[in-house]
Amino acid sequence: MWPIIHKLGSPKWFYTMSGRWLPFLWGSGALLIIAGSVWGLAFAPPDYQQGDSFRIIYVHVPAAILAQSCFAMMAVCSVIFLVWRIKLADMAAGAAAPFGAAMTFSALFSGALWGVPTWGTWWVWDARLTSMLLMLFIYLGIMALRGAFASRDGGARAAAILTLVGVINLPIIKYSVVWWNTLHQGATFSITEKPAMPASMWLPLLLMVLGFYLLFAAVTIARTRNEIIRRQPSARWVRALAQGGRNGL
Amino acid sequence: MQLDTRKLGCERDERWLFHDLDWQIGPGELWRVEGPNGAGKTTLLRILSGQMADYTGTLLWHGEPLSHCRETFMASMLYIGHRPGVKKALTPLENLDWYQAMRATKGRARTRRDTCFQALEAVGLAGFEDTPVAHLSAGQQRRVALARLALGHQSLWVLDEPFTAIDREGVRQLETWMMTHCQAGGSVIVTSHHDSGELFPSSDVLKNLRFDGHGGVHIER
Amino acid sequence: MVMGAFTLSDERTAAGRLPGLWQGFAATLARDCRLRFRRRSELANPLIFFALVVTLFPLGLAPDSTLLASIAPGLLWVSALLAVLLSLDGLFRDDFDDGTLEQLLLAPQPAGVLVLAKIVAHWLTTGLPLALISPLLAIMLSLPGHSMGVLMITLLLGSATLSLIGAIGAALTVGLRRGGVLLSLLILPLYTPVLIFGAGTVRLAIEGAVLTPWLALMGAMLALSLLAAPWAAGAALKLSLDG
Repeated sequence: MWPIIHKLGSPKWFYTMSGRWLPFLWGSGALLIIAGSVWGLAFAPPDYQQGDSFRIIYVHVPAAILAQSCFAMMAVCSVIFLVWRIKLADMAAGAAAPFGAAMTFSALFSGALWGVPTWGTWWVWDARLTSMLLMLFIYLGIMALRGAFASRDGGARAAAILTLVGVINLPIIKYSVVWWNTLHQGATFSITEKPAMPASMWLPLLLMVLGFYLLFAAVTIARTRNEIIRRQPSARWVRALAQGGRNGL
Repeated sequence: MQLDTRKLGCERDERWLFHDLDWQIGPGELWRVEGPNGAGKTTLLRILSGQMADYTGTLLWHGEPLSHCRETFMASMLYIGHRPGVKKALTPLENLDWYQAMRATKGRARTRRDTCFQALEAVGLAGFEDTPVAHLSAGQQRRVALARLALGHQSLWVLDEPFTAIDREGVRQLETWMMTHCQAGGSVIVTSHHDSGELFPSSDVLKNLRFDGHGGVHIER
Repeated sequence: MVMGAFTLSDERTAAGRLPGLWQGFAATLARDCRLRFRRRSELANPLIFFALVVTLFPLGLAPDSTLLASIAPGLLWVSALLAVLLSLDGLFRDDFDDGTLEQLLLAPQPAGVLVLAKIVAHWLTTGLPLALISPLLAIMLSLPGHSMGVLMITLLLGSATLSLIGAIGAALTVGLRRGGVLLSLLILPLYTPVLIFGAGTVRLAIEGAVLTPWLALMGAMLALSLLAAPWAAGAALKLSLDG
């Protein structure tokens, strides 16, 4: 177990291996997103109630799913970093945070856009949107805390602790917001809990979700690789790499 | 009292402050840690006093890893850092009483108090026991912190720059205490920016651990 | 001055009788309470802030008692929450500056227990008085009389949870020079469940609903934060001292 963890945690090993995965991840991610978009936007049948406006689902749902998955991934990385002190885990968590925040924002933005044809207004204090908004604040807090520390190690550990506190709190926030929502207004028309979607509608959605996951993996890995180089500019293998790059390798 | 380091190393923001440090601190030993600013003296002392877990290698207290015996180690180690650890809104007596309560084994509040009185007397603060620390002079405030040495619970003293802001006479006195402590079987690890000749002139027990400022550490017995 | 009474206790015998957990907790709690009472003027600040914020709302809205009564639960809760938030920055700051925080973490007792003592002292001097004066302000907002008791109970339970969660944020930001604004950014999203259940329970009390499940939920949140928060705050303090 131990050697495996440390091999996986070695920046050099990760850098070499991930260089091979990366083109595949970018390529397949782009392919799936393009296929899903074309299928979803042009060929999937319009919704019998909402017409064409339902097509926002093809951005909104993948973004919302990714926003949550990204937080879960950051929490796992934080545990690995705090328990085994593997810095690669922290680099990955730091690399994923802005992507997660961007996804949360996209989900909120597309939700607001969707609100116009559905509810006739840009913003409704719907349980999902509200808990999404709070999650965006937690993302911003984690990023701000990491940046506020003068020492990188200090910022990394602070961000890891806050991520874990956040991951314990997120379900509590979510349920409390749902309760608050039912306390204050009757059941609203929920935009995502649709009764049985036909395959021609959910298959492109599935493609989009998978594509977003691949995009997430590609972005996070690419950013982690940059961070590795940024942190160890004087390591021997990094210098060798730079030499090789200059020689056209 | 026996503290050993095995292959101790510390990396801060991708830079090794020291590594592979094998060092034994035995009973009756007085160690001085010296080196240029930023070499890692304070970091080393913070690791040795169990405040930082971010290091490689092992720390052994009586042959047992520090993480297994944190409680007994903390009970027998006294650390004084750059910051005095004294509350200005409280009186010297109240300050010491808190330390005494945190460290002393169960005892009546009264005997606890008597020990504090004696310690304050030993540092020349008799008569100031009930004056809030904020009203004392800077030198006296420093003495409140140093009075903890006279409470006498701990066998290992880790002192980071204890000679700062005290007069020549105070320095001599502190040296005497450290040497008395070592003669009684305790150990002292101390840093200071004074020149080697200035401190402990009459002592032949002093040992040195020197940072050369390039990641190297030299033990001079 | 000679160290006449100098004795060196041998750690082998000391190992058998370590300083007590309770003794350390009690001494830290007593010291913190004493410190807070020594600065009596600061003690009143959160209460005055609470009263002031509550006064601002009728001025910004309208002096209409039915309107005020309908928003009173949320208004009182938000104001109390902000008052607690305001007092958090000082929770560890002084101790950090004078080095007693360093010494606290060097004590043989587990850090979580001692941090809990500090949090209890904080609650006794902010959350508890806030809950006690809340009925006064509730009268000014024409909150129905039968819900006063519930308001106090939710504030008692809730403010303890707020102190506990807030301690994590205070511990994370204590080493930063301008940590105050960042502290609010970190902590406010985590406060939302307490606010929702606290204010919601008071609203339900006005409507005369059954409250036991909601009060039990608030108790559960308090229990969860009692278990997790002192430990997390202790870990955060260690890294703040490192940085």
